[in-house]
Amino acid sequence: MRASEVLPANRVPGLMRRFRRRPAALVSLVLLLLLGALCLAAPLVARLLGTDAETIDLLGRFQPPSLAHPLGTDELGRDVLLRLLYGGRISLLVGIGGALFASAIGVGIGILSGWVGGPLDRFLMRVTDAVIALPLLPLLIVLAAVDLAKLGLPLAFAGGATASVVRIMVIVALFGWTTVARLARAATLSVKSREFVLAARAMGAPPARILRSHILPNVAAPVVVATTLSVGNVILAESVLSFLGLGIQPPLASWGTMLTNAQELIFGSPALAIWPGLSIFLTVLTFNLMGDGLQEALDPRQSRHI
Amino acid sequence: MAPLLVRRGIETLLVLLVMSFLIYALIGLMPGDPIDLMLSADPRFTTADAARLKALYGLDRPLLERYFLWLGRALTGDFGYSRLYGQPVFTVIWPRLLNTLLLMGTSFALALLIAIPAGIVAALRPRSFLDTLVNMLAFAGFSVPSFWLSLMLIVLFAVTLGWLPAGGVASVGDGGLWDRLTYLVLPVAALTLLTAGTFLRFARAALIEALQEDHIRTARAKGCSTARIVLAHALPNALIPIVTVVALHFGSLLSGALVVETVFSYLGMGKLIYDAILGNDYNLALAALLLGTALTLLANLAADLVYLELDPRIHESL
Repeated sequence: MRASEVLPANRVPGLMRRFRRRPAALVSLVLLLLLGALCLAAPLVARLLGTDAETIDLLGRFQPPSLAHPLGTDELGRDVLLRLLYGGRISLLVGIGGALFASAIGVGIGILSGWVGGPLDRFLMRVTDAVIALPLLPLLIVLAAVDLAKLGLPLAFAGGATASVVRIMVIVALFGWTTVARLARAATLSVKSREFVLAARAMGAPPARILRSHILPNVAAPVVVATTLSVGNVILAESVLSFLGLGIQPPLASWGTMLTNAQELIFGSPALAIWPGLSIFLTVLTFNLMGDGLQEALDPRQSRHI
Repeated sequence: MAPLLVRRGIETLLVLLVMSFLIYALIGLMPGDPIDLMLSADPRFTTADAARLKALYGLDRPLLERYFLWLGRALTGDFGYSRLYGQPVFTVIWPRLLNTLLLMGTSFALALLIAIPAGIVAALRPRSFLDTLVNMLAFAGFSVPSFWLSLMLIVLFAVTLGWLPAGGVASVGDGGLWDRLTYLVLPVAALTLLTAGTFLRFARAALIEALQEDHIRTARAKGCSTARIVLAHALPNALIPIVTVVALHFGSLLSGALVVETVFSYLGMGKLIYDAILGNDYNLALAALLLGTALTLLANLAADLVYLELDPRIHESL
């Protein structure tokens, strides 16, 4: 089945056309695809340069950009470009993974709230309001500082570097689901009492089927937009926590951890602080612009306001 | 209004109570405990001493029991002593809170002073070149990592140009007003730039909406000047959503302040929370986090009430 048969016939071309009309969003999409491809191809770049991200060269520290090291070397003589690409893998993984995880929670809570209604709906929306009202970063710091071993998790896992990646995604998702939950609830409410859903219910369609063929397609559009917009925020949260020493743990590196080292050397070699920060900035900016473009493409009525 | 105020007040208190328990439990899960710290500080410490002290401070009791004990004391105003500073917790917190409120208040006012005029310029001609430019700047404002912006400001103004100090609150031996102000410039600039983008987007959206109302068209048809249309007719309506959204941003302003304070070594609440968590100062971390949460919740409550007060339409529907 082709995509145009799944969606209403006029929707896909219209969507592409409207998305194309936003040059900023289109450029962002291309840039992000390039960045993603480059980060994935990091080992290839390493082979091209004849070195790798971990090779320490104490005699070649703080080198300016050259052919062998396009962005120079850091305080241990490691290649800055390669470190950026490997760091980008982690930052993008955490950003996209964390946003998807948060959305999954949000869609679940939102649909449940909208579909069941009544006291459960009121309770869940109160909880959502409360979570939105909390000061995010101080609580993220506390959660990131928690010793997982005290919760009974095996030390080998709790202290590992891989765990720090998973943990960041989980922590961010714990606070990041609220927008999606509200949108999913609103979308569910808007179709719940429409005739085609009532008809499906009257004909005895099982709830799972109504959910799949009527609710989810209507929830999808706003959720896709909100998820795209939240990837940027997750990357920002990860980089701040890593910068403060509470996020990604060595030997893994993200753009945030690279900046921690750069801060100590800022008076001697400010250039080291520029690249990782610029990478975060551009990645977050492109995700935000793309989300904005998607929002207008999917909901042209709203575009006057936003 | 009155029953609503009571209901929302009770809800806020309830959320605060739940958060106090969650934060209490989480702080207990941080690496190490107070007895470990004494152990590492004193080589003559024995296992028996540790057990005795644990019993003395009630650390061997179940979590819920400890929490209610703490809550009982906290309700009488006793939040204990700070381990790092050796003073009652709130003696440490108050001066820091004032510093943070000064930082946040100044940045907040400056951000609004940038956002509202820029929002007007953008909203008057949506999709024009100026609007696109203003919009891109706004996107840049909320996409830039807070700590990196702070670092770049340090690189530019403290390292390269040498105009302003890189961090701290005042020079040693000089605590004059002018001296203190020079230390405030960079943190305030960082927090303002971080906040203005978000405010600008809201101001623009609210103004575009307000400018589409029928009474604006009438005013235009009657030959009203653009300045008068914006300032007398559109802005007052647009201020309602702007005020609400802005008050709802207290929490993110506090988060931003935490990062900015840490990078600039500015002695405020944010840096205090960070230092207390990393320094295992449980009483201090707990009290400072709760105060931050309480202030954020209060700002939200105030936003709701102001919204109700300013918009009679919502009033009637309740």
